[in-house]
Amino acid sequence: METIIKWWDELMSNEIWFYSLTTVAKLVLMFAVILAFVVISVWIERRVAGWIQDRPGPNRAGLPLFLLKRFGSKQQQPLKSWLQFFGVPETCWIAKLCKWLRFDREIPLLGLIQPCLDGGKLFLKQETTPDYVRRLYFIAAPMLVLGPPLVAAAVVPFSSHVDTCYGAIQMCVANLNIGPLWIFAISGLSVYGLTLAGWSSNSKFPFIGGLRATAQLISYEVAMGLAIIPLLMIFGTLNLQDIVQYQADNGWTLLPVWGEGLGIERWLLMLPLLISFVVFVTCVFAEANRTPFDMAECETDLVGGYHTEYSSMKFASFFMGEYAAMVIGSAVVVTLFLGGWSVGFGADAALAAYCDWLAVLCQFIAFLVKLLAFIFFFVWVRWTLPRFRWDQVMKLGWLVFLEVTVANIFLTAAILYFVK
Amino acid sequence: MKTTKTLEFPDATGCGAAYLENDADERGELVTLNVGPSHPATHGVLRLKLVVDGEEIVSCDPVIGYLHRGMEKIAENCHYNQFVTYTDRMDYLAPMSNNIAYACAVEKLLGWELPERGQAIRVLCSELSRISSCFLGTGVYAMDTGAMTVFLYAFEEKERVHNLYEKICGARFTSSYTRIGGMTRDLPKGIEKEILDFCDSALKTVDEMERLLLHNKIFIDRLVGVGVIPREMALQCGMTGNNLRASGVERDLRKTNPYLGYENYEFDIPVAKEGDCYARFQVRMEEIRQSVRIIRQVIKNMPGGPIWVQLDKGILPPKQDAMTGMEELIRQFMVSTQCVNAPEGQVYFAAENPKGELGFFLDSKGGGIANRLKMRSPSYCTLSILPHLLPGHLVSDIGAILGSFDFVQGECDR
Repeated sequence: METIIKWWDELMSNEIWFYSLTTVAKLVLMFAVILAFVVISVWIERRVAGWIQDRPGPNRAGLPLFLLKRFGSKQQQPLKSWLQFFGVPETCWIAKLCKWLRFDREIPLLGLIQPCLDGGKLFLKQETTPDYVRRLYFIAAPMLVLGPPLVAAAVVPFSSHVDTCYGAIQMCVANLNIGPLWIFAISGLSVYGLTLAGWSSNSKFPFIGGLRATAQLISYEVAMGLAIIPLLMIFGTLNLQDIVQYQADNGWTLLPVWGEGLGIERWLLMLPLLISFVVFVTCVFAEANRTPFDMAECETDLVGGYHTEYSSMKFASFFMGEYAAMVIGSAVVVTLFLGGWSVGFGADAALAAYCDWLAVLCQFIAFLVKLLAFIFFFVWVRWTLPRFRWDQVMKLGWLVFLEVTVANIFLTAAILYFVK
Repeated sequence: MKTTKTLEFPDATGCGAAYLENDADERGELVTLNVGPSHPATHGVLRLKLVVDGEEIVSCDPVIGYLHRGMEKIAENCHYNQFVTYTDRMDYLAPMSNNIAYACAVEKLLGWELPERGQAIRVLCSELSRISSCFLGTGVYAMDTGAMTVFLYAFEEKERVHNLYEKICGARFTSSYTRIGGMTRDLPKGIEKEILDFCDSALKTVDEMERLLLHNKIFIDRLVGVGVIPREMALQCGMTGNNLRASGVERDLRKTNPYLGYENYEFDIPVAKEGDCYARFQVRMEEIRQSVRIIRQVIKNMPGGPIWVQLDKGILPPKQDAMTGMEELIRQFMVSTQCVNAPEGQVYFAAENPKGELGFFLDSKGGGIANRLKMRSPSYCTLSILPHLLPGHLVSDIGAILGSFDFVQGECDR
């Protein structure tokens, strides 16, 4: 035992090993969280759509109890036998509760199993690739769509840092000093996926869809980049971890009600920040190709857009890519505008003073809650608004957002110059 | 009693189709784009052969007939009562209206007049189906423009109409409710209250849909000024119904040639003069309100009495009598096998259906079978405008324009 501890101590004292091991651990955590969130956001999408549209949504798929084969395959009333097994009488409230929750055949889990089953179905579906596609690019396209959002997530901080005896661990996979730039650069790569999908399908509807997607993504990246410049001017850093730390100390970007945030300067800056927020969120919608900006795949004129010719798991990759982009987009919005992992109201410092690990856990949960709330907003908008027409989208991007964001930069600069 | 209701047009802030005037660009390489016959925007099996320059449509050639079932020929081979079931399959979104229009056409040939209660029930049913069809038209239209939720709200109301259909005639969808000279059965007891309840909920849903869409900037921008059909063009292409009224022509057969006692009911003709997609949508929404108004009046003044024409020949006897009486049994047999004995002659009857003017031209050489039946289906005429209308619009407008016509392929191809 002692040798193991000694070996571990030595290993962790080596800076390179310490760094690599923690990074791998964070990487695994980040991937797990994002992929889980892709699944969960599909579920949220469908459940919320159900609520909005006066229907239940997927609520039936559950874990069938007969899968837990304790009594052989002829089990007719799994719940009953399980209750007997645990010695719970049927009149007991636990039994009644189980019945009320419809556990008599399965554990419904609010339909959470549905996305997993859908995924399984897509895995098992027959793959049909038309003969006329350009095969190499056709296969590469879905990967290029799914990959970038996952890579871009590397710089998003999901919690603050902990000081261990071997050194501090920053709770983001890569604590880069160019955070937002990294995100823009990497998520910009997904354009290639859409373009290639549209082009390699060698068919007209996907082609138009691909062209639309390319133009839309490129145009909105411009406005997106310009929209956060006021933020960077205020924070004075491009490191996302520092940005969030600043927000934890001095009030969230959109909720400056503690620390320095109470000063007149921050409240004057609310106007440009709000403009930035609106523009940035809209751009995130456009980047994620979601209604009202789902030009590239708008069903009524382009059938399925760039993924018309795709089937089975390749289609699922596009699907997951879209949701991953949505999750990452939400994470960025939360990080920049809603305080990221910060619990808020000065609680972060107090928690950190009490116990490092507890603070990290609370902050992680706070981050996830904010993320979920924003995903809910995404879904809500999708099921409420009609979609734009293609030329209107481009007009909005180039003629409205570009001007507004540029003006916004000057406004912020003026406020910062005169009030300070 | 000629009343019209001109719809007001809320702030048309978005100059929707400014690109229509922009012809300065040189033409690029033209591409032929085949939309349909199975495409989400075409609501059935319409096929459009488009030639596009980038996103702009240069020419459009609609191809119809994918749902042709030879109904007019079938009509020459079965007697009048047998053909009622085929009329269900024409405008399958408003089967009752078709049944009623067809029955009225044959009755016009025979010179029969329904008793008051029969007429009132027919008015009630055709207005119910108008509501159902308009709800589907507006809801699907919302889906075409990307607002999925509104579609489901509308569909819920449509489902309620189907529940009422089921109670009235026993079938939810293919009603086959009418026979020549009457209806298969009288209204069930207590249906009036259910219909009135439905009217309330329908009005509520219409208001809700309006709140969601009519003042929505995205929706307005997409529709205002898109697919404008000028008055003259609409008349030349033989458009009827809501689509014509949205182009500023005050024509409603229920007012101009009243049938089934429509002159006794008070209602307005919704008219808009702009003739664009937005106007058509608005007119359709208003149509639901007017239908609710008519239904309430019908139920309020529902007369008693028989629902069948009171004649000794040509109509089915009551079932109990057929079981016991010789005469009645013979009559039932004759009606079932040979139907009515129609006089020679030609007759045209047109009814104001949800989709427009549905006309039946009957040529009879006597007996129970039509020598020739010609249908004037509103969707067919509506679609004839596409080659004139679509060029100059964007590919994205196809959904908006096609959806705004609210056409049904089953009726167009028949």
